[in-house]
Amino acid sequence: MSILVNKDTRLLVQGITGGEGSFHTKQMLEYGTNVVAGVTPGRGGQKFEDRVPVFDTVREAVEQTGANAAVVFVPAAFAADAVLEAAESEIALVICITEGVPVMDMVKVSRYLQGRATHLIGPNCPGIISPGACKIGIMPGFIHKEGRVGVVSRSGTLTYEAVWQLTERGIGQSTCIGIGGDPVVGTTHLDALKLFNDDPDTGAVLLIGEIGGMAEEEAAAFARDEMDKPVAAFIAGRTAPPGRRMGHAGAIISGGVGTAQSKIEYLRGCGVAVAESPAEIGATVQSILK
Amino acid sequence: MLGSTLVTPQTGPEGTRVNKVLLEQGVNIARELYAGIAFDRGSRMDAFMVSTEGGVEIEKVAAETPEKIHKQFIDPVMGMHPWQARALAFALQLGPVATKAAIKVFLALYEAYRARDASLAEINPLVVTTAGEVIALDAKMNFDDNALFRQQEVAAMRDPLEEDPLEREANEFGLNYIKLNGNVGCMVNGAGLAMATMDIIKQAGGEPANFLDVGGGANVETVGNGFRIITKDPNVGAVLINIFGGIVRCDRVARGVVDAIGAAGISVPVVVRLQGTNAEQGREIIQQAKLGFIWADSFREAAEKAVAAAKGGSE
Repeated sequence: MSILVNKDTRLLVQGITGGEGSFHTKQMLEYGTNVVAGVTPGRGGQKFEDRVPVFDTVREAVEQTGANAAVVFVPAAFAADAVLEAAESEIALVICITEGVPVMDMVKVSRYLQGRATHLIGPNCPGIISPGACKIGIMPGFIHKEGRVGVVSRSGTLTYEAVWQLTERGIGQSTCIGIGGDPVVGTTHLDALKLFNDDPDTGAVLLIGEIGGMAEEEAAAFARDEMDKPVAAFIAGRTAPPGRRMGHAGAIISGGVGTAQSKIEYLRGCGVAVAESPAEIGATVQSILK
Repeated sequence: MLGSTLVTPQTGPEGTRVNKVLLEQGVNIARELYAGIAFDRGSRMDAFMVSTEGGVEIEKVAAETPEKIHKQFIDPVMGMHPWQARALAFALQLGPVATKAAIKVFLALYEAYRARDASLAEINPLVVTTAGEVIALDAKMNFDDNALFRQQEVAAMRDPLEEDPLEREANEFGLNYIKLNGNVGCMVNGAGLAMATMDIIKQAGGEPANFLDVGGGANVETVGNGFRIITKDPNVGAVLINIFGGIVRCDRVARGVVDAIGAAGISVPVVVRLQGTNAEQGREIIQQAKLGFIWADSFREAAEKAVAAAKGGSE
């Protein structure tokens, strides 16, 4: 088993006929993800790859296909609107891959989602995968392996690197979530740890963080106070200069808050096994497995 | 002053060239205040801060005398309520005339901040004159880069002269490059992996010369442009290329490296590490090219080889 996505996930792709959307939909279908519908306004009635029906609105798609998860590939200026449309149709899980969404748009979205049934992952994230069952997003499927380690990360390729280190050591993953590198994201490290803590098929968690904000610290405090599963971590950005945005909008040390060193010390204080080097992520996870 | 180098706490020790000077009428200052708004990630609200301690670094005030900072958290969806502006103004104990003026300034500042998709708006100092007027003597605003598409006026204010020339050039190629002070250039796909690569270079005893994210997908063009920019930095003694092939296959990245870099001739040692999809084919292409690339299998090995190569070049 896993968290959030599994064999029963019925996926809807928003922006299915766009460049990114169509490419990654093919990849997801190849992995075995049950893609049941696509939405591109104005393209309703078409079929994607002769098999996936395309609709004009999310509402129609949900009513006719029973989609229970949506992935958003639409351009940044329209991404927030796409998430809201999915939430309005009461889709349980929305994953926003789109990069470059204005912070203010995400503040509005997160306010709207409060108290609603929809769980958002992203934006600016690689997506979520439960190896062998369901892949939603842009990560390469083959690097993953079924198993019991939950992975949560703000990054894309660094997560692939970490997952690959696990798989090479024969350590499989229950679910890997890329939560995204923006200042405001739908799912935080803390949210993911809570889900992994409640999942009977996750035995340990790997948390990959980076400079900026306090999200890693919040998650570590939860690990210390509420979790009986071991947690390993890596924090990127020890050499990042303060005040400079390191690619991700959220990866910036400001006002002395969010340095890698302060995060690493806090995490260690909470009993989290922090890898010294990005080359030692796999070994660090191995060290916490019983 | 024009054309000279100005050194302040904000510029760092190397200072910055003065290209423009703003002249303002002098005022009779009675008090110097601080007013600033910044987005607070934890609460997902805008934190509006005021202080009686204007004209100095606000981080210092926050650390040493936090009681002198008054805060209101503003829900960006609701906007700033007038009572919040009043609460801030009264907390500063300005007297009746200046209090009224300050309330107006605070509401207007929030409006400007929100309407322009700013991530920071700071007036330091905000002065009260002997006549009781409230005037901004200096201001700083940061903007959400992601929102520039709908903030044309803000985007038009960009001044390329104030940017590092290499960073500006990288920007034009759509590359995310930040110049640093070390001698190991790095080219990586993805921001997190790029940061981790800088970290491991440091752990291997070297110093990264830059942050460079060529994007999740790396191709001949991005690899070629990235390499040109990295090697324009005269401090660079070696380059480490670390690409994790996901959707983008390593054999294609390897072809890109050989075509874009090999063709131009290698001026500094280049260490290549490709991992992920088709990594083995990628290795064969790099090694068979016989162009002097140094191959590394593991993350650590790549960093160690690059650091050693950079040292060898400088001795």
